[in-house]
Amino acid sequence: MTWAERWALLVEWAPQLLEGALLTLELVGIAVIVGLFFAIPLGLARASRHWYIRAFPYTYIFFFRGTPLLLQLFLVYYGLSQFEAVRDSMFWPFLREPYWCALIIMTLHTAAYIAEILRGAVQAVPPGEVEAARALGMSRRQALQFIIMPRAIRIGLPAYGNEVILMLKASAVVYTITLMDIMGVVRTINSRTYQFEMFFLVAGLIYLVVTILFTQLFKLVERWLKVEASRKR
Amino acid sequence: MFDLQGFGPALLEGTWMTIRLSLASVALGLIFGLLGASGKTSDNRLLRGMGGFYTSVVRGIPETLWVLMAYFGTVSTMNYLGSHFGNPYLTLSPFVAGTFALALCFGAYATEVFRGALLAIPPGQKEAGLALGLSSLRIFWRITLPQLWRVALPGLGNLYLILLKDTALVSLITLDEIMRKAQVAGQATREPFTFYFAAALIYLCLTAVIMVALHWFERRANKGFVRTEL
Repeated sequence: MTWAERWALLVEWAPQLLEGALLTLELVGIAVIVGLFFAIPLGLARASRHWYIRAFPYTYIFFFRGTPLLLQLFLVYYGLSQFEAVRDSMFWPFLREPYWCALIIMTLHTAAYIAEILRGAVQAVPPGEVEAARALGMSRRQALQFIIMPRAIRIGLPAYGNEVILMLKASAVVYTITLMDIMGVVRTINSRTYQFEMFFLVAGLIYLVVTILFTQLFKLVERWLKVEASRKR
Repeated sequence: MFDLQGFGPALLEGTWMTIRLSLASVALGLIFGLLGASGKTSDNRLLRGMGGFYTSVVRGIPETLWVLMAYFGTVSTMNYLGSHFGNPYLTLSPFVAGTFALALCFGAYATEVFRGALLAIPPGQKEAGLALGLSSLRIFWRITLPQLWRVALPGLGNLYLILLKDTALVSLITLDEIMRKAQVAGQATREPFTFYFAAALIYLCLTAVIMVALHWFERRANKGFVRTEL
């Protein structure tokens, strides 16, 4: 195959590849944002002093961090149809769709990781600052809202950025439940053209570019939130 | 608790395969990591550049893609190589391809762990070795490496837990590990949830065992060291 033929193939499939990239970005974007909202109560509960509050988030996090994302996807997409109760329920129209399955599982999965990041960040807030807030007459709620959370967000942001990139890479398995993300499109092209090496390379480049873009974006956000300044103290 | 319908031994076989795959990948990955870290901390600009290129490229691409690339992407190259040795149908087995792909990813992250550990060893020790007339290879083997483990162990332990879960991806290239055994059993019995859930429990057990083992190793490696407590 000559370079001209290769180029022609690439141009021919470029629109599909772009669509695949957009689907990947959409899934990851929604998962990490919704996951963050799920993770806030989970992470705070995980850092609780009472064991009965810690118990649920602990189990949740242990399950989602201890098993592969691929397995979790299969468990929901292929597994749930085993139960008639699920098939008859009002959720079936969603759970039947690979798109919703992927979205739900990716969100729950990343929420477990973000919750753990949040817990670490909350516990890394210097206790003196919390005591100072309390000494100034802030209620526990106020201390959480005005002192602990703003500090924890700055402490946890670099790790959150890493998690977004890890999720981006982990999302490559959703093609196994028939979604047309970057990998899905590349697998289709592979089976049509038999140009395995070339299109794997293209997929790798797309992921690499997106990863680099995300890294730079998070650097900007960190600068904007002055993460460096809070770290130096 | 739940009926495995005679597929229990198959799942156990799969578990054994997963363990073997993960150990093989770690063994190879540690070598990649040590090479990468030596490159990244070397005085030679070319070696530093190669180390940097390795980590940034490998870490920027999904593990799934590496696994598929190692298996499907090497077919024509291997066939070409094989044709010179009288076997034009030479290909990588799923185990070898999976080991290579997972080791590549493990190695890229391990490079960073080892690099941090290398920088934590006081340069005076290397200088002392040089003053004693030891060769640089001997300094690495006798002075640097034994101390490296202690600092690098927690980081490597985390990476091993991640690797264990990534072994599930090798089921995509038809290696008979837990994931694929569960898939086959689920299709045969039409009870996929039961078997995927059993597989999930096996992964959780393996994770728990490894966590306990790592804790033990860390205690052993830290013998004689006082822990910094805040």
